[in-house]
Amino acid sequence: MNKIFKALLPPLIGLLLFVGVWALVAQSSPQLPGPAKTWASAVQLFSDPFYRKGPNDQGIGWNILASLQRVGIGFGMAAAIGIPLGFMIGRFQFLDAMTAPIISLLRPVSPLAWLPIGLLVFKAANPAAIWVIFISSIWPMIINTAVGVNRIPQDYMNVAKVLNLSEWKIFTKILFPAVLPYMITGIRLSIGVAWLVIVAAEMLTGGVGIGFWVWDEWNNLNVEHIIIAIFVVGIVGLLLEQALVMLAKRFSYE
Amino acid sequence: MEKYVQVENVQMLFDTKKGPFVALRDIDLTIAQGEFVTLIGHSGCGKSTLLNLIAGLTLPSSGAMLCAGREIAGPGPERGVVFQNHSLLPWLTCFENVHLAVERVFGRAESQANLKKRTHEALALVGLTHAEHKRPHEISGGMKQRVGIARALSMQPKVLLMDEPFGALDALTRAHLQDELMKIAQATHSTVVMVTHDVDEAVLLSDRIVMLTNGPAATIGEILHVELERPRERLALANEPKYHEYRAAVLEFLYHRQLRPAA
Ligand SMILES: Nc1ncnc2c1ncn2[C@@H]1O[C@H](COP(=O)(O)OP(=O)(O)OP(=O)(O)O)[C@@H](O)[C@H]1O
Ligand SMILES: [Mg+2]
Repeated sequence: MNKIFKALLPPLIGLLLFVGVWALVAQSSPQLPGPAKTWASAVQLFSDPFYRKGPNDQGIGWNILASLQRVGIGFGMAAAIGIPLGFMIGRFQFLDAMTAPIISLLRPVSPLAWLPIGLLVFKAANPAAIWVIFISSIWPMIINTAVGVNRIPQDYMNVAKVLNLSEWKIFTKILFPAVLPYMITGIRLSIGVAWLVIVAAEMLTGGVGIGFWVWDEWNNLNVEHIIIAIFVVGIVGLLLEQALVMLAKRFSYE
Repeated sequence: MEKYVQVENVQMLFDTKKGPFVALRDIDLTIAQGEFVTLIGHSGCGKSTLLNLIAGLTLPSSGAMLCAGREIAGPGPERGVVFQNHSLLPWLTCFENVHLAVERVFGRAESQANLKKRTHEALALVGLTHAEHKRPHEISGGMKQRVGIARALSMQPKVLLMDEPFGALDALTRAHLQDELMKIAQATHSTVVMVTHDVDEAVLLSDRIVMLTNGPAATIGEILHVELERPRERLALANEPKYHEYRAAVLEFLYHRQLRPAA
């Protein structure tokens, strides 16, 4: 009991301080709603998260789900391509040398710079947003997987050689488990990027989604809702991260 | 006795940042089938390098290496290896680590049940039945080394290549495993090449002790034939004058003629 209290106390104090500072700032600038007002608005908002009143007026729940779906599809495709590609780049020197210039050229490009290309090719907002997620979240997975393959200790490969394991056994018993922690790091970074990018992408593309919702509320000058959206984005991001940390723990052999 | 492993005029160079490093030169060694050979020498002289060459994990810079009359071009299942650092796969249990080897060698010919039985037997031999389902990080260093030994033995190799297999073990376990190894080697007529630091172990186990000079450019300094009756009893040997002569000869080589390099 005492332990739990000790573990919870510092974060609790931190949060209280944060809310306090927020309340103080809100008092001196009238446009910014304070914590109490935001809370009241949030309670109201979350009392009916799944309503639908036409295409551009849907509950916060639908907006979150729409964003998550886009992230899921874009990220899923990036994983399906990026992870195997990372394995191959790590395993074959030639492929590594071949792809290195492209990767180092494209990786630092700001995610939203890809949006016009997506709109041009797909001629629709939704696939364009998914495309942006895809292209910006694929790099960490390629790179981390490849690094993981490169870092496999020579000892393990010696075991594979001495036991004369087949390529399939090498992959399932040595390569894959050895690379898994690196891969999960890549996935975590990717999910983080994807969730960061979706809000910005949706602001530009419109439709249903948490990013678009923020933009819509800005047009309505509903600042409470914008603040709520910031918290929602933060909390969902945190949950995604925690889910992956748990996944990583599940697969760690130590 | 038939020649089984032949090492002829072998040199080993390593490419380093400061240019080529000569680890071994002019190595000539012929090992007969069923022979027990130990390699002894000061740390860093090239014992592991020589063993890895026989294992086929590295290829010599020049010279010829043969096993059973065929050129050694890579590792093969007839040569089982116990690594100096055990090299178990950390995500597999002890059982799975050994099973991987068993499956590879006998998987085509035998039933699943038989493979499991072989795995259990190999682990029982090194006294690890109770730890079968533990992962390597959950067992002690000596236990890991024993799993490594079980893995190599389970393949029933013709040649057993062991790099300081008992180095990390306490004296009692070591004595036990030395006895087991002697029994197994004799029963199966296996050829054994073993790297060791331990003079008593070398004399107790070997038919021949190959003594390497200090590196760089190490080579075989002397080969000692140990002509003690088998089966050997460690207690009886303590009263055997010849045993002490052999011991003295190895010590003389190591500490007189090849004084430990100032490290
Ligand atoms: N891959 C390598 N690249 C460069 N030098 C190497 C390599 N492997 C071994 N050496 C060098 O070759 C020499 C012999 O190394 P080796 O590991 O065979 O020694 P060892 O006799 O087994 O020593 P120890 O008893 O400490 O295990 C050492 O000087 C080592 O630095
Ligand atoms: Mg060594």
